[in-house]
Amino acid sequence: MPLTGLEIYKLLPQTNCKECGFPTCLAFAMKLAAKQAELKGCPYVSEESKARLEAASAPPIRLIQIAGDEAKLEVGNETVLFRHEKTFYHRPGIFLHLRDTETVDRLKAKVAEADAFQIDYVGIRLGLDGFLIEAASNQAEVFAAAVTAIRASSKKALILMAATPELARAGLQASAGTRPLLHAATAENAAAMAEIAKEAKVPLVACADTLEALAELTGSLTAAGVEDLVLDPGIRGYRQSLHTLTHLRRLALRKNFRPLGFPVITFPGLGENVEEPLMAAEHIAKYAGFVVLETFDPAAIYPLLVLRQNIYTDPQKPIQVQPGIYEINAPDGKAPVLVTTNFSITYFSVANEVEGAGWPAWLVVTDAEGMSVLTAWAAGKFDAERIAKSVKTFGVAEKVGHQRLVIPGQVAVLSGELEEELPGWQIMVGPREAVDIGSFLKAMWPNGK
Amino acid sequence: MPLELHKEKSAGTVRTVTIGATKDQGGTRTRVLTLGGEAALPFLDFEGTLPHPPALAIDIRDRKPDDWSPLLYQAWGEAMQDPADWARAAESAGADLIYLGLMATRADGSPNDPASARATVRRVLQATSLPLAVVGPGQADLDNELIVAVAEEAKGERLLIGICEDKNYRTIVAAAMANDHLVQSKTPMDVNLSKQLVILIHDMGLPLERIVMDPTTGALGYGIEYGYSVMERLRLAALQGDSMTQQPMLVNPGEEAWKVKEAKVGEGVPPVWGDWSRRALNWEALTASTLVHSGADLLVLRHPDSLKRIRAMIKDLVAA
Repeated sequence: MPLTGLEIYKLLPQTNCKECGFPTCLAFAMKLAAKQAELKGCPYVSEESKARLEAASAPPIRLIQIAGDEAKLEVGNETVLFRHEKTFYHRPGIFLHLRDTETVDRLKAKVAEADAFQIDYVGIRLGLDGFLIEAASNQAEVFAAAVTAIRASSKKALILMAATPELARAGLQASAGTRPLLHAATAENAAAMAEIAKEAKVPLVACADTLEALAELTGSLTAAGVEDLVLDPGIRGYRQSLHTLTHLRRLALRKNFRPLGFPVITFPGLGENVEEPLMAAEHIAKYAGFVVLETFDPAAIYPLLVLRQNIYTDPQKPIQVQPGIYEINAPDGKAPVLVTTNFSITYFSVANEVEGAGWPAWLVVTDAEGMSVLTAWAAGKFDAERIAKSVKTFGVAEKVGHQRLVIPGQVAVLSGELEEELPGWQIMVGPREAVDIGSFLKAMWPNGK
Repeated sequence: MPLELHKEKSAGTVRTVTIGATKDQGGTRTRVLTLGGEAALPFLDFEGTLPHPPALAIDIRDRKPDDWSPLLYQAWGEAMQDPADWARAAESAGADLIYLGLMATRADGSPNDPASARATVRRVLQATSLPLAVVGPGQADLDNELIVAVAEEAKGERLLIGICEDKNYRTIVAAAMANDHLVQSKTPMDVNLSKQLVILIHDMGLPLERIVMDPTTGALGYGIEYGYSVMERLRLAALQGDSMTQQPMLVNPGEEAWKVKEAKVGEGVPPVWGDWSRRALNWEALTASTLVHSGADLLVLRHPDSLKRIRAMIKDLVAA
C-alpha cells in the first residue's frame, strides 16, 4: 500500500537541506508520493527509513515472471478487487495438466495438439499459455524425459510439479535455459525446495491447506531467500475457492499483508463435485494467477479464453476499431453499404456475418466513441448527423453506383432524419441483430449478390 | 497464528421482492419466489446475510420460435409447440419461475392480439404451479396492448411483467399497479440509467418492493464485461446504502448467449472451436455463471442442461 506524502515526510531527515532539488523535505515527500521523484535524491535518508519506504512502494501482489523457450508470462501485480476500480492487469496463465506416467509419444502428441490450438477472437489470437508436467511416476529420469519431450513439442512456459527435491532437480535440469514455475514447497520439504529454487533462480509455489499455514510457509521461504512465490491454497468446491481467493486478494490489497501478497495457482478440475469449466470461470473472474486445466477440450477452453480476455479488458478503454469504410469480400459499385459503430465487438459481429453470408459489401464504421449501436445511440454518439458525416468523409458516393444505405435495425428511428441529412439516399432499415444480416440482404437487397 | 481477515461492513441491503401469489395471497400459485435481501457481495456470507440464493428461470414463448438454435429445439422437442407443455417441461427441468415471452406474430404470420395473450397466460398458469413472468415482444404499442390484457387476466397473481424501458414504461407500470403485479425495469448497461428508471417507475406510485432491475448484459465475448461491471457497481452501491440501486437484479444470459454464432450454429465455423453442443452449452453456462458472481438474483436461461449446471454450482456456493 503506497504511503501518503505526510507518512513519507515523517521518514525523511526533515532538515530542508534542499540537496534533493526541492525547497523542503515536505515538498520532496509530496513528489515521492506522486512518484515524480526518487528516494535516491536524498543523500541523508537513514537506512531504516529507506527499507521502510522501499517495502511500502513494493506492489502488494508480487509480479511473477516465467518463460518457456520462447513464450513469456507475467502474472500478479494486481491492484484492485473489482475491474471497474481501475483494471485487472495480468491475465491469469491457462495451463494444461500432464503427467509423466504417459508415454513420451502420447505426451508429445497431446502437447502438439494443445500447443497449436489457437482461436481468433475479434482479431486477437488466443491460446494456452503452457503446460504443467507432474512427476507422477516418482522417477527422476522419467520426469526429466517427459520435460524434454514437452520442450521438443512446445516453446511455451512450463510448470514443474515435483513432490520431492530429487524430482525437482531432475525437472529443472531438463528445463535448463527456461524459467519454469516449480510446484511445490510444503511445510515438510520447504528448506530443500527453497534451496533448489534459489539455485535455479525459478519461482516457487507454496502449498498449504489453510491461509495461516500458507503465510507461515511463505515466511520461511522468503527468510530462506526465495522472493518469487506463488500460492497454492488447495481448492475444493466453488464456495471454499471463492472465499479463499477473495480473502487472499483482500489481505494483500486491503491489509498489505506481505506473506500472502503473491499470485495464486488453482486446479479447477481437481475440486470436489465441481465442473471444470464453471470452476475455471470462477477463478478467472475471481483472482487466480495460474489456472491449470485437467482436460483439453476446445469447446470449454475457447469460452474460458474469451472470458479471460473480457474480464481483463481495461474498462476505461473500450476496444475500438478505426472509423472508416471497410471492404468485405471485394465489393464493387453494386454492393450493399452497411452502417455500424466502431465498437470492436459490434464491428466484428457485423463483419463476420457479412463475410460468412458471402456478400460483398461496404461497411461504414462510424466513430461512435467505441460504443455498441444501442449504447451509442442512447448516449447521442450514433445519430443521423454522425452517420451522414461518415458517409460523406469516407467518400461512399464515389465507391458505389447506387444511393442505398442499410442502418442497424436497433436505430430504425434514425431513418427519417438520415434521409434529410443525406438527400437522395434511400435509407433501408436492416435487422436488429447482426446474425440476421445474411437473410435480410437476400430478401431486401435489389439484384442480389 | 490466526490471521485477521478483512471483512466489509455494508450500510445497506438489497430489497426483498416476491413474485407470485398463493391462494391465501389472492393468486393460484403453490410456490412463490423471493429475491434479494443480500447484505453482502455474492456468496460472501461471512460478512453479511444472503437469505435468497440466485434463482433460475426458463425462457419460453407463446409459440415455437422460428429462429432458435437447433440445439434448443432438440432439448425441448414437441413441448415447444404448446406454451402449456413447454411450461410444464420447464418446471420439470427445475425452474423457479417461468419467463414467458409473447411473440409479435402468430405462427401463420398474423399479429398477436390481446385475446390470444390472455388465453396463453391462462393456460400457462393452469399448467404450472410456478410463479410467472410475462413480457411483450419488444414493440412499444404491441407490448402495451398485450401486457395490459395479460395483467388484467392474471389479476392478483403477482406476475412479473414487462419490459419497462425508458421509452415505454408508463402503461405497463399502470397495469401492474391496477392488477397487483411487479415490473421488470430494463436499461442498457449503465448504473445511472438503471437508477433513473427505477426512480421514474417508483414516482408513478409502484412500491419499490415490486420492481426488479434488469441492467442488461452481453453474452460472453460480446460485451459481458460491461454488464458484469455495471452489476458489480450496482451491487456495491446497494450495499453502501444507495436506495435506488437496491433492487434485485434480473439478467437474461440465455437470450444473449444463444444468439451468438458460437452457441447458435454448428456449421460454417472453424473446427478449432470444438464440439458444437458442448461449446454452445458452455457459452450459456459460462455467461450465466459469470453473472451469478457479479450479483444476479434471477437468471433467465434457455437450455435445461444449463439450468442444471448453474443450479449445482449455486447449491455449492451457498452451502454453509
